[in-house]
Amino acid sequence: MTELYLLLIFMIIAAIIAIEIKDLLSSIIAVGAVGLGLSIVFLILKAPDVAITQLVVEILCLIILIRATLKKDLLFSTTGRWFLNTLIVAGFISIFLFVAGKALRELPEFGRPIMKVAATYLKEGLSKTGATNLVASVILDFRAYDTLGEATVLFTAVIGVLAVARRVGRKKQGSELEEED
Amino acid sequence: MTIYLLCLILFCCGLYCILRKRNIIKIILGIIIAEYAANLFFILVAYRLNGRAPIFSPDTTITNMVDPLPHALVLTAIVIGLATTALLVIIAMRIYEKYGTFDITKIKELKG
Repeated sequence: MTELYLLLIFMIIAAIIAIEIKDLLSSIIAVGAVGLGLSIVFLILKAPDVAITQLVVEILCLIILIRATLKKDLLFSTTGRWFLNTLIVAGFISIFLFVAGKALRELPEFGRPIMKVAATYLKEGLSKTGATNLVASVILDFRAYDTLGEATVLFTAVIGVLAVARRVGRKKQGSELEEED
Repeated sequence: MTIYLLCLILFCCGLYCILRKRNIIKIILGIIIAEYAANLFFILVAYRLNGRAPIFSPDTTITNMVDPLPHALVLTAIVIGLATTALLVIIAMRIYEKYGTFDITKIKELKG
Protein backbone atom coordinates (compact mmCIF):
# COMPACT_ATOMS: atom_id res chain seq x y z
CA MET A 1 0.00 0.00 0.00
CA THR A 2 3.02 2.32 0.20
CA GLU A 3 2.89 3.08 -3.51
CA LEU A 4 -0.73 4.18 -3.10
CA TYR A 5 0.24 6.76 -0.47
CA LEU A 6 3.18 7.94 -2.58
CA LEU A 7 0.98 8.37 -5.67
CA LEU A 8 -1.67 10.25 -3.68
CA ILE A 9 0.94 12.63 -2.24
CA PHE A 10 2.31 13.13 -5.76
CA MET A 11 -1.20 13.97 -6.96
CA ILE A 12 -1.73 16.47 -4.14
CA ILE A 13 1.60 18.18 -4.90
CA ALA A 14 0.74 18.33 -8.61
CA ALA A 15 -2.67 19.81 -7.76
CA ILE A 16 -1.09 22.50 -5.58
CA ILE A 17 1.36 23.34 -8.38
CA ALA A 18 -1.54 23.50 -10.85
CA ILE A 19 -3.43 25.87 -8.58
CA GLU A 20 -0.61 28.22 -7.68
CA ILE A 21 1.52 28.51 -10.85
CA LYS A 22 1.08 31.69 -12.90
CA ASP A 23 1.36 30.28 -16.41
CA LEU A 24 -1.93 28.76 -17.58
CA LEU A 25 -0.36 26.19 -19.93
CA SER A 26 1.94 24.86 -17.18
CA SER A 27 -1.03 24.67 -14.84
CA ILE A 28 -2.96 22.56 -17.37
CA ILE A 29 0.02 20.22 -17.76
CA ALA A 30 0.12 19.84 -13.96
CA VAL A 31 -3.56 18.85 -13.98
CA GLY A 32 -2.61 16.26 -16.60
CA ALA A 33 -0.07 14.87 -14.12
CA VAL A 34 -2.86 14.60 -11.53
CA GLY A 35 -5.06 12.70 -13.99
CA LEU A 36 -2.36 10.27 -15.08
CA GLY A 37 -1.45 9.58 -11.44
CA LEU A 38 -5.16 8.95 -10.81
CA SER A 39 -5.19 6.43 -13.67
CA ILE A 40 -2.27 4.51 -12.10
CA VAL A 41 -4.03 4.61 -8.71
CA PHE A 42 -7.13 3.06 -10.32
CA LEU A 43 -4.92 0.32 -11.73
CA ILE A 44 -3.42 -0.40 -8.29
CA LEU A 45 -6.90 -0.44 -6.74
CA LYS A 46 -7.88 -3.24 -9.18
CA ALA A 47 -10.16 -1.23 -11.45
CA PRO A 48 -8.70 -1.74 -14.94
CA ASP A 49 -11.79 -0.57 -16.87
CA VAL A 50 -11.90 2.71 -14.98
CA ALA A 51 -8.15 3.17 -15.46
CA ILE A 52 -8.39 2.81 -19.24
CA THR A 53 -11.34 5.23 -19.43
CA GLN A 54 -9.58 7.72 -17.19
CA LEU A 55 -6.47 7.67 -19.40
CA VAL A 56 -8.42 8.36 -22.60
CA VAL A 57 -10.62 11.02 -21.00
CA GLU A 58 -7.59 12.71 -19.46
CA ILE A 59 -5.85 13.04 -22.82
CA LEU A 60 -8.99 14.43 -24.51
CA CYS A 61 -9.52 16.84 -21.63
CA LEU A 62 -5.96 18.17 -21.97
CA ILE A 63 -6.40 18.68 -25.70
CA ILE A 64 -9.61 20.68 -25.16
CA LEU A 65 -8.08 22.82 -22.41
CA ILE A 66 -4.88 23.52 -24.33
CA ARG A 67 -6.96 24.56 -27.34
CA ALA A 68 -8.84 26.98 -25.11
CA THR A 69 -5.77 28.67 -23.63
CA LEU A 70 -3.44 28.79 -26.60
CA LYS A 71 -2.44 32.32 -27.61
CA LYS A 72 -4.57 33.91 -24.90
CA ASP A 73 -3.48 36.58 -22.46
CA LEU A 74 -2.32 35.48 -19.04
CA LEU A 75 -3.17 38.52 -16.99
CA PHE A 76 -4.04 38.13 -13.35
CA SER A 77 -5.70 40.78 -11.26
CA THR A 78 -4.35 41.03 -7.76
CA THR A 79 -6.50 43.87 -6.53
CA GLY A 80 -9.64 43.41 -4.50
CA ARG A 81 -10.58 42.44 -0.98
CA TRP A 82 -7.83 39.90 -0.45
CA PHE A 83 -8.31 39.38 3.29
CA LEU A 84 -12.10 39.02 3.18
CA ASN A 85 -11.96 36.56 0.28
CA THR A 86 -9.37 34.38 1.98
CA LEU A 87 -11.35 34.43 5.20
CA ILE A 88 -14.54 33.33 3.46
CA VAL A 89 -12.74 30.54 1.59
CA ALA A 90 -11.10 29.30 4.80
CA GLY A 91 -14.51 29.32 6.47
CA PHE A 92 -16.09 27.25 3.73
CA ILE A 93 -13.25 24.72 3.68
CA SER A 94 -13.30 24.33 7.46
CA ILE A 95 -17.07 23.74 7.41
CA PHE A 96 -16.56 21.13 4.69
CA LEU A 97 -13.74 19.45 6.63
CA PHE A 98 -15.83 19.36 9.80
CA VAL A 99 -18.77 17.67 8.07
CA ALA A 100 -16.53 15.30 6.12
CA GLY A 101 -14.62 14.33 9.26
CA LYS A 102 -17.91 13.40 10.94
CA ALA A 103 -18.95 11.37 7.88
CA LEU A 104 -15.60 9.57 7.63
CA ARG A 105 -16.11 7.91 11.03
CA GLU A 106 -19.24 6.17 9.75
CA LEU A 107 -17.46 4.62 6.78
CA PRO A 108 -16.28 1.01 6.82
CA GLU A 109 -12.55 0.58 7.29
CA PHE A 110 -10.36 0.83 4.20
CA GLY A 111 -10.04 -2.56 2.49
CA ARG A 112 -13.26 -4.03 3.93
CA PRO A 113 -16.23 -2.96 1.80
CA ILE A 114 -19.78 -3.86 2.85
CA MET A 115 -20.80 -5.25 -0.57
CA LYS A 116 -24.44 -5.85 0.26
CA VAL A 117 -25.68 -5.12 -3.25
CA ALA A 118 -22.62 -6.43 -5.04
CA ALA A 119 -22.88 -9.86 -3.43
CA THR A 120 -25.81 -10.64 -5.73
CA TYR A 121 -23.90 -9.46 -8.75
CA LEU A 122 -20.86 -11.54 -7.81
CA LYS A 123 -22.96 -14.63 -7.24
CA GLU A 124 -25.36 -14.48 -10.19
CA GLY A 125 -23.61 -12.17 -12.64
CA LEU A 126 -22.09 -14.85 -14.81
CA SER A 127 -25.15 -17.10 -15.00
CA LYS A 128 -27.66 -14.27 -15.52
CA THR A 129 -25.83 -12.10 -18.06
CA GLY A 130 -23.10 -14.30 -19.49
CA ALA A 131 -20.52 -11.53 -19.23
CA THR A 132 -17.20 -12.44 -17.66
CA ASN A 133 -16.44 -8.81 -16.90
CA LEU A 134 -18.69 -7.90 -14.00
CA VAL A 135 -18.36 -4.15 -14.52
CA ALA A 136 -19.69 -4.52 -18.06
CA SER A 137 -22.56 -6.68 -16.82
CA VAL A 138 -23.48 -4.07 -14.19
CA ILE A 139 -23.34 -1.19 -16.70
CA LEU A 140 -25.16 -2.86 -19.57
CA ASP A 141 -27.52 -5.27 -17.85
CA PHE A 142 -28.27 -4.78 -14.14
CA ARG A 143 -28.20 -0.99 -14.33
CA ALA A 144 -28.94 -0.37 -17.98
CA TYR A 145 -31.43 2.43 -17.20
CA ASP A 146 -28.65 4.23 -15.35
CA THR A 147 -26.50 4.03 -18.47
CA LEU A 148 -29.40 5.28 -20.59
CA GLY A 149 -29.74 8.34 -18.36
CA GLU A 150 -26.01 8.90 -18.54
CA ALA A 151 -26.12 8.79 -22.34
CA THR A 152 -28.92 11.38 -22.23
CA VAL A 153 -26.80 13.71 -20.11
CA LEU A 154 -23.84 13.14 -22.42
CA PHE A 155 -25.75 14.00 -25.58
CA THR A 156 -27.36 17.03 -23.92
CA ALA A 157 -23.88 18.32 -23.09
CA VAL A 158 -22.68 17.64 -26.64
CA ILE A 159 -25.68 19.52 -28.08
CA GLY A 160 -24.85 22.40 -25.75
CA VAL A 161 -21.25 22.46 -26.95
CA LEU A 162 -22.36 22.46 -30.59
CA ALA A 163 -24.94 25.19 -29.99
CA VAL A 164 -22.44 27.47 -28.28
CA ALA A 165 -19.60 26.73 -30.67
CA ARG A 166 -21.33 27.06 -34.00
CA ARG A 167 -20.60 30.02 -36.24
CA VAL A 168 -23.67 30.14 -38.47
CA GLY A 169 -26.24 32.65 -37.30
CA ARG A 170 -23.87 34.97 -35.47
CA LYS A 171 -22.42 36.43 -38.65
CA LYS A 172 -24.52 39.58 -38.91
CA GLN A 173 -23.43 41.18 -35.63
CA GLY A 174 -19.92 40.13 -36.12
CA SER A 175 -16.89 42.05 -37.08
CA GLU A 176 -14.44 39.94 -35.04
CA LEU A 177 -14.57 36.52 -36.63
CA GLU A 178 -10.88 36.01 -37.34
CA GLU A 179 -10.43 33.10 -34.97
CA GLU A 180 -11.48 29.76 -36.44
CA ASP A 181 -12.24 26.66 -34.49
CA MET B 1 -8.33 5.94 7.22
CA THR B 2 -5.26 8.02 6.31
CA ILE B 3 -5.90 7.37 2.65
CA TYR B 4 -9.42 8.81 2.90
CA LEU B 5 -7.88 11.90 4.48
CA LEU B 6 -5.40 12.30 1.59
CA CYS B 7 -8.32 12.03 -0.84
CA LEU B 8 -10.14 14.70 1.18
CA ILE B 9 -7.11 17.00 0.99
CA LEU B 10 -7.10 16.62 -2.80
CA PHE B 11 -10.79 17.59 -2.85
CA CYS B 12 -10.03 20.62 -0.68
CA CYS B 13 -7.34 21.72 -3.16
CA GLY B 14 -9.99 21.74 -5.87
CA LEU B 15 -12.48 23.53 -3.62
CA TYR B 16 -9.95 26.23 -2.75
CA CYS B 17 -9.18 26.72 -6.43
CA ILE B 18 -12.87 27.08 -7.31
CA LEU B 19 -13.60 29.57 -4.55
CA ARG B 20 -10.47 31.70 -4.56
CA LYS B 21 -9.10 32.02 -8.10
CA ARG B 22 -10.22 34.71 -10.51
CA ASN B 23 -9.22 33.18 -13.83
CA ILE B 24 -11.99 31.15 -15.48
CA ILE B 25 -9.56 28.49 -16.72
CA LYS B 26 -8.23 28.08 -13.17
CA ILE B 27 -11.79 27.62 -11.90
CA ILE B 28 -12.36 24.92 -14.53
CA LEU B 29 -9.13 23.21 -13.43
CA GLY B 30 -10.38 23.32 -9.84
CA ILE B 31 -13.64 21.65 -10.88
CA ILE B 32 -11.64 18.95 -12.69
CA ILE B 33 -9.46 18.29 -9.61
CA ALA B 34 -12.48 18.06 -7.31
CA GLU B 35 -14.11 15.64 -9.74
CA TYR B 36 -11.01 13.45 -9.76
CA ALA B 37 -11.03 13.38 -5.97
CA ALA B 38 -14.69 12.33 -5.88
CA ASN B 39 -14.08 9.51 -8.37
CA LEU B 40 -11.04 8.37 -6.40
CA PHE B 41 -13.11 8.28 -3.21
CA PHE B 42 -15.65 5.90 -4.76
CA ILE B 43 -12.93 3.54 -5.97
CA LEU B 44 -11.24 3.65 -2.55
CA VAL B 45 -14.49 2.66 -0.85
CA ALA B 46 -14.84 -0.28 -3.24
CA TYR B 47 -11.37 -1.69 -2.60
CA ARG B 48 -10.90 -4.95 -0.73
CA LEU B 49 -7.53 -5.90 0.73
CA ASN B 50 -5.68 -8.38 -1.52
CA GLY B 51 -8.68 -8.32 -3.84
CA ARG B 52 -8.82 -9.20 -7.53
CA ALA B 53 -10.29 -7.28 -10.44
CA PRO B 54 -13.97 -8.17 -11.00
CA ILE B 55 -13.37 -10.34 -14.06
CA PHE B 56 -14.11 -14.06 -14.07
CA SER B 57 -11.52 -16.44 -15.42
CA PRO B 58 -12.49 -19.78 -16.97
CA ASP B 59 -10.17 -22.12 -15.07
CA THR B 60 -10.09 -20.79 -11.50
CA THR B 61 -12.83 -19.62 -9.16
CA ILE B 62 -12.07 -16.23 -7.65
CA THR B 63 -13.66 -15.43 -4.31
CA ASN B 64 -12.01 -12.17 -3.28
CA MET B 65 -13.20 -9.76 -5.94
CA VAL B 66 -13.45 -6.01 -5.31
CA ASP B 67 -16.85 -4.32 -5.40
CA PRO B 68 -17.89 -3.88 -9.07
CA LEU B 69 -20.79 -1.48 -8.43
CA PRO B 70 -18.81 1.74 -7.70
CA HIS B 71 -16.58 0.90 -10.66
CA ALA B 72 -19.60 1.00 -12.96
CA LEU B 73 -20.85 4.26 -11.44
CA VAL B 74 -17.44 5.94 -11.72
CA LEU B 75 -17.04 4.74 -15.30
CA THR B 76 -20.14 6.66 -16.35
CA ALA B 77 -19.23 9.65 -14.16
CA ILE B 78 -15.83 10.05 -15.85
CA VAL B 79 -17.38 10.22 -19.32
CA ILE B 80 -20.01 12.74 -18.17
CA GLY B 81 -17.18 14.76 -16.62
CA LEU B 82 -15.46 15.02 -20.00
CA ALA B 83 -18.65 16.30 -21.68
CA THR B 84 -19.35 18.90 -19.00
CA THR B 85 -15.71 20.04 -19.08
CA ALA B 86 -16.01 20.57 -22.82
CA LEU B 87 -19.17 22.65 -22.25
CA LEU B 88 -17.43 24.78 -19.59
CA VAL B 89 -14.41 25.35 -21.82
CA ILE B 90 -16.46 26.38 -24.83
CA ILE B 91 -18.44 28.88 -22.72
CA ALA B 92 -15.16 30.25 -21.36
CA MET B 93 -13.89 30.67 -24.92
CA ARG B 94 -17.03 32.60 -25.86
CA ILE B 95 -16.57 34.85 -22.82
CA TYR B 96 -12.99 35.49 -23.92
CA GLU B 97 -14.18 36.38 -27.39
CA LYS B 98 -16.71 38.87 -26.06
CA TYR B 99 -14.74 40.52 -23.26
CA GLY B 100 -11.14 39.80 -24.22
CA THR B 101 -10.19 38.42 -20.82
CA PHE B 102 -10.51 35.37 -18.60
CA ASP B 103 -10.67 37.46 -15.43
CA ILE B 104 -14.05 37.19 -13.71
CA THR B 105 -13.74 40.60 -12.02
CA LYS B 106 -13.42 42.30 -15.41
CA ILE B 107 -16.44 40.72 -17.08
CA LYS B 108 -19.04 42.08 -14.70
CA GLU B 109 -19.94 44.98 -16.97
CA LEU B 110 -22.88 44.22 -19.22
CA LYS B 111 -21.84 44.73 -22.79
CA GLY B 112 -23.33 44.27 -26.23
